[in-house]
Amino acid sequence: MNKMVKSSLIAVGLLSNSAIAFAGCGITAGTVNIIGNEFPAIQTIGAAASECAGEGVEVSTNLTKEHKEIQVPGLSGDPAEYTAAIVANSSIVPLMNDGLVRPLDDLIAKHGGNFTDKQKITIGGKVMAIGFMANAQHLVYRKDILEQAGVEPPTSYEDVLAVAEVIKSKGIMKYPFGAAYAAGWGIAQEFNNMFLGHGGDFFIEGSPMPNINNQMGVDSLNMMKSLTAYMNPDFLTLNNNEINAEWKAGNLAIMQMWGSRAGPLLSDEGSAPGVAENTVLFNPPTVGDGKVPATTLWWDGFTIARNISDEDAEASYLALVNAIDPKIMTDEVASQAVWMIDGYKPTPASAGVFATIEAGAKPYPMIPYESLLHSALGAELPDFFSGKESAEKTLADVEAAYIVAAKEKGFIN
Amino acid sequence: MNSSIVENKPLSLKLFSGVFIIIWLFVAAFPFFWTFWGSFKVELDFFSKENWTNAITGIRTLHETGGNFTGNGYHGAWVQEEFWRASLNTGIVCFFVVLISLTIGTLGGYALSRSNFRYAFWLLILALVFRAMPPITLVSGYLLPFFEWGLWGKLSTTIVVLVAINQPFTLWMLHSFFKKIPKELDESAMVDGCTAFQAFRHVIIPVMWPGVITTGLFSFLLAYNDFAVTAMLLSKENQTMVPKIASFMGTTQTEGNVMFAVAAVVLATVPLFILVMFFQRQIVSGLTAGAVKG
Amino acid sequence: MLLFIFLPIISVITQSLHIAHEQVFVEVENCDFFGCKKSTSVDRAATEQLRSEKPLGRFVGLDNYFNRSHLASSELAAAWESSASLGEFYNQLFNLPLYRAIIFTLVYTAVVTPLLIIFGFIVAVAVNSINEKLKGLVIFFSLLPMIVTPLVGSLILFWMIDARGIIGSTLQILLDNPDLSLKASTPLTWITLIVYGVWHATPFAFVVFYAGLQTLPQDTLESAMIDGASRWERIRYVVIPHLMPLVTFVALIQLMDNFRVFEPIVGFNASAHATSLSWIIYNDLDGESRLLSSASTTSVLTIIGVIILLSPVLVRAWRDWDRQA
Repeated sequence: MNKMVKSSLIAVGLLSNSAIAFAGCGITAGTVNIIGNEFPAIQTIGAAASECAGEGVEVSTNLTKEHKEIQVPGLSGDPAEYTAAIVANSSIVPLMNDGLVRPLDDLIAKHGGNFTDKQKITIGGKVMAIGFMANAQHLVYRKDILEQAGVEPPTSYEDVLAVAEVIKSKGIMKYPFGAAYAAGWGIAQEFNNMFLGHGGDFFIEGSPMPNINNQMGVDSLNMMKSLTAYMNPDFLTLNNNEINAEWKAGNLAIMQMWGSRAGPLLSDEGSAPGVAENTVLFNPPTVGDGKVPATTLWWDGFTIARNISDEDAEASYLALVNAIDPKIMTDEVASQAVWMIDGYKPTPASAGVFATIEAGAKPYPMIPYESLLHSALGAELPDFFSGKESAEKTLADVEAAYIVAAKEKGFIN
Repeated sequence: MNSSIVENKPLSLKLFSGVFIIIWLFVAAFPFFWTFWGSFKVELDFFSKENWTNAITGIRTLHETGGNFTGNGYHGAWVQEEFWRASLNTGIVCFFVVLISLTIGTLGGYALSRSNFRYAFWLLILALVFRAMPPITLVSGYLLPFFEWGLWGKLSTTIVVLVAINQPFTLWMLHSFFKKIPKELDESAMVDGCTAFQAFRHVIIPVMWPGVITTGLFSFLLAYNDFAVTAMLLSKENQTMVPKIASFMGTTQTEGNVMFAVAAVVLATVPLFILVMFFQRQIVSGLTAGAVKG
Repeated sequence: MLLFIFLPIISVITQSLHIAHEQVFVEVENCDFFGCKKSTSVDRAATEQLRSEKPLGRFVGLDNYFNRSHLASSELAAAWESSASLGEFYNQLFNLPLYRAIIFTLVYTAVVTPLLIIFGFIVAVAVNSINEKLKGLVIFFSLLPMIVTPLVGSLILFWMIDARGIIGSTLQILLDNPDLSLKASTPLTWITLIVYGVWHATPFAFVVFYAGLQTLPQDTLESAMIDGASRWERIRYVVIPHLMPLVTFVALIQLMDNFRVFEPIVGFNASAHATSLSWIIYNDLDGESRLLSSASTTSVLTIIGVIILLSPVLVRAWRDWDRQA
C-alpha cells in the first residue's frame, strides 16, 4: 500500500477518535529501535514502547550504560540504526551538534499525543525532545542525628559546615558529610553545582571562551575544600555508589545525592536499622550570597533520529508517545522516578527534586561545549584537593585543558 | 625424574617451599574465597561500612532474609536478569574466537615459518602495535562503519574483531613455535609421499600441540575477559558476561545491584574452574613439551 | 582480516593529524520543564557544508602532538625557562597530563615487570616440587588472579583495601596507624596499584615458567648434582639459563601489557593520584565529549612508546633472523 495513503489514514483515525488509535498505538508499519540509558524508569518506557509491536511493526530497544558512546554513531548512518534515542539534557547536546535528531513539530501537529506543553523541550523554537522525567542533586539528612546534635537542617553550604562541625565535635560522627567527589565526572559536577550556586556563568557570554578562573571559581573550590574536612579522607575515590552505601550503613548525617536514588534510601531493605525511617529528603543548599541553589536540574526525554524514513519516524514517535502516556502511571512506575507526566502523584521519594525545582535551580546547560569543560574539570580539579596546587593555578589548568579540547572540536579557532 | 631431587631436599627447604606455596595460594585465592562466601550475603554485610567482620558473621543477612546465607544474588542474576543468556553468548564467542584464531594461526604461522622473507619481524611489530593500542581506540573507529553496514550488535562481528585484534599476536607466537620444528621433519614426510597438507596434518600438528594449547589459552582468556570490545559492539540481547556484570553496578544517577554482580562473578568463574579441573593435565602437558620461546 | 588490521591503524594516524571544522554558532532560546533560557547552539546547515566538502576535518599536521594535552612543547619550554631548580621543573612537568601519565606508566612498568618475573619464577619452582596429586588444585588457584575479570576483581579488592575493609584494617593494626588509608595519598595509591599489578600478572609468568621447568634436561641436572653443585648453583647455572628464552618472552608481553595499564586505575577510582596513557585515551573518548583526534594522537604516542621500550628486543629479533637466514 502507498505510504502516503497509509499515513494519512492514520492521521484520519487519530483525528476522528484518538482513544481507539492509541489502543494499538496507531502504527501500521515501520521499524522502531530505541537507544537509551539503563535504569528502571527508562526500562519502563522501553517496555511500554515495545507493546506497540505487531503486524508489520517491529519495536526493539537497546538500553545500556554505554548509550553515550553508542548513540552518536548509532544515529549517524543513513538510514540510522536507531530511530529514537532517550536522552538527558547533557546527552542531547552531541546529537544536536551533529544534527542527528529531527524537530518534532510536524509529528506533533499530525499525531498529537497525550502530553503537556511543558514536556516539550524546545531548542531555538523547535521541539527537539519530549521530556518525561526530572532529576536533581539535593541534600539528604538524618533527622535523628540532627536532633541529637541539637541543630536545624542546613539550608546553605555554610550551614552544612556548621552542622557538620557540631556533629563532629560532639563526637557523634567523625565524617558526617558525604558527596560524590570522586575524580572525574563526579567532582566536576560538584564544582558545577557550587559555581552555579555562586551565580557564575561557565562561559563568557555568547562565546566559547571559559569564564571560571575568577573569584566565583576560587570561592567554589574553597567551599568544596572546607567541606572535605568533614568527609571521609578517601573522598577523591568515592562515587555515588559508595556514598550511597555509606549512607545506608548509617555513617553519614548529611549528604548531597541524586533524587533518582532517593527511593531505595527511604526503603528499609538494605539499610542499617534506624537509617531509612530517619532519612529526610531536603532542599539543595545555597552557597555564599547566591540566590539560586547550588545544584542543577536534569530532564530525560526522547528524541527521534533524523536519518530515517518518515514512516519509521512516525512509528517511533507514536510508540514513544504511547510509552509516556499517563496511562502507564501505576504505583510501581510512579515510584521509579520523578515523572513530569500528567497523572503522576508525587511519591515521598520525589520530595527533594520538587523542592529543587521550586527553589529555582538552574538546569544543567545545554551548551555545545559544556561537556568539554566538564571533562577538563574532572581531570584537573583533583590536583587542588590533594593539595598540589592553589585554586587559581588549578582553574588556569582547567581553562588551558578546555581550550585545547575546544580547538580540536572546532569551537575555538 | 623429579622425585629423586625432591627426596633429596633438606627439611628446611621443603618447609620453606611449603610455606611459600601456602602464602602464595592464600594471596592468590583469598579474594575469591572471600567473594564466594560473600556472594551468599546481602550487600550491607559483604560491603559492610561498619565492620568487615560482618561479611563473615552475616548479621544483616540474618536480619533481612532470616537465614545465614541467601541465594538472592544468584536468583536475581541468573533468573531475573537472565545471566544465563550472557553465559551462552560468552560460550559462543569464546568457542569461535579460539577456533578461528587457531586455524588461521596454525596455517599462517606454518606458512610464514617456512617462508624466507622477514615476515616474522613485521608480524612482531604488528602484534606490538595491536597490543599497545588500547582496544577502545579501535572500537570507536569501528563503530560508525559497523552501524552503516548493519554489522553492529552481532556476535559474529564481535568474534571477527576479537580475532583480528589478537591475530597478529597469535600468528607471531605460533610462528615462533613452528620455527623450532626442523624443516627436515616435513621434508622427510614429503619424501614419504605426503602432500604438503598431509605433512602438516600428520607430522607437524602433533608436534605442535603444546604451542596450540598455549596460544589457545591466550585467545580464550582474551575473549572471555574482554570488556572494551564486547561492551561497545554487542546489542543488549547478545551481551556477553563481562558487560552484563558491569551493567549490574548501576549508573551515576541510579543504584545498581552490586550483589548480582558478585554472584555473577562467581558464576562466571565456575566454567573456568570446571575447564581447568578437566583439562589441567592436557594444559600442563601441552605447555610442557615445547613451551614458548622468544 | 587485513581490513580490520590496517584500516584502523591508518584511520587512527589520519585522525591524529586532523581536527574538526570550525563550528558556526547561533544564538537560540531553549525551553524545558524548568523554563526558557538563551543559549548557543551549533548552526548545522553552515557546519554541514564545511563537513561535506572535507569529511576528514581540517588538516593540522603535527599540531595535535605538540599541544598541551600531548607533548606540550611550548608549555615545556616555558617551564624550563621559569623553573630555578630541577625539582621545580619536575613539578611543572608533573602538571602536564601526558607527562604525568608517562611517569606513572613507566614507574609501573619498571617495577611490576621484574617483580612479577621473580615471583612467577619462585612460585613455579615451588609448585614444581609439590605432590603430584595437589598440583591440579594448586595450579587452578594460582591462575585465579589472572583469569578473573579485572572489572569485578578490582571492585572487590577496592572494598577490601578500604580503611574499614579486611586488608585496610589489618594494615592499620599491623602498622599501628589508625588513620592509614591506602586511597587518600598518592604514594600509597601507586604502591597499591603496583601490588595489584604484580598480583594480577604473576600467574602468567608462573604458567610459562612452570611449563618450561617440565622440559628441564634431567641429565644435565643430574650430572651437575654428581659434580657436587649445590642447589643454588643448579638453579643458577642450569635452570635459569634453560628458562632464559621464556623470561624474554614473559618480559616482552608483560612490558607491553603493563605499559598500557588501565583497568586497575578505573577499578580503584585512582585517577586523582595516578593516570596512565591508556587512561587518557579512555578519558578522551568517554561520555559526551568524544575527542577522537586527541585519543588517536595519544594512541600513536603509546605505540611509539612501546616500540622504543621494546627496541632492544626488536633489534635482537631482527639480528636473529639474519643469523638464521
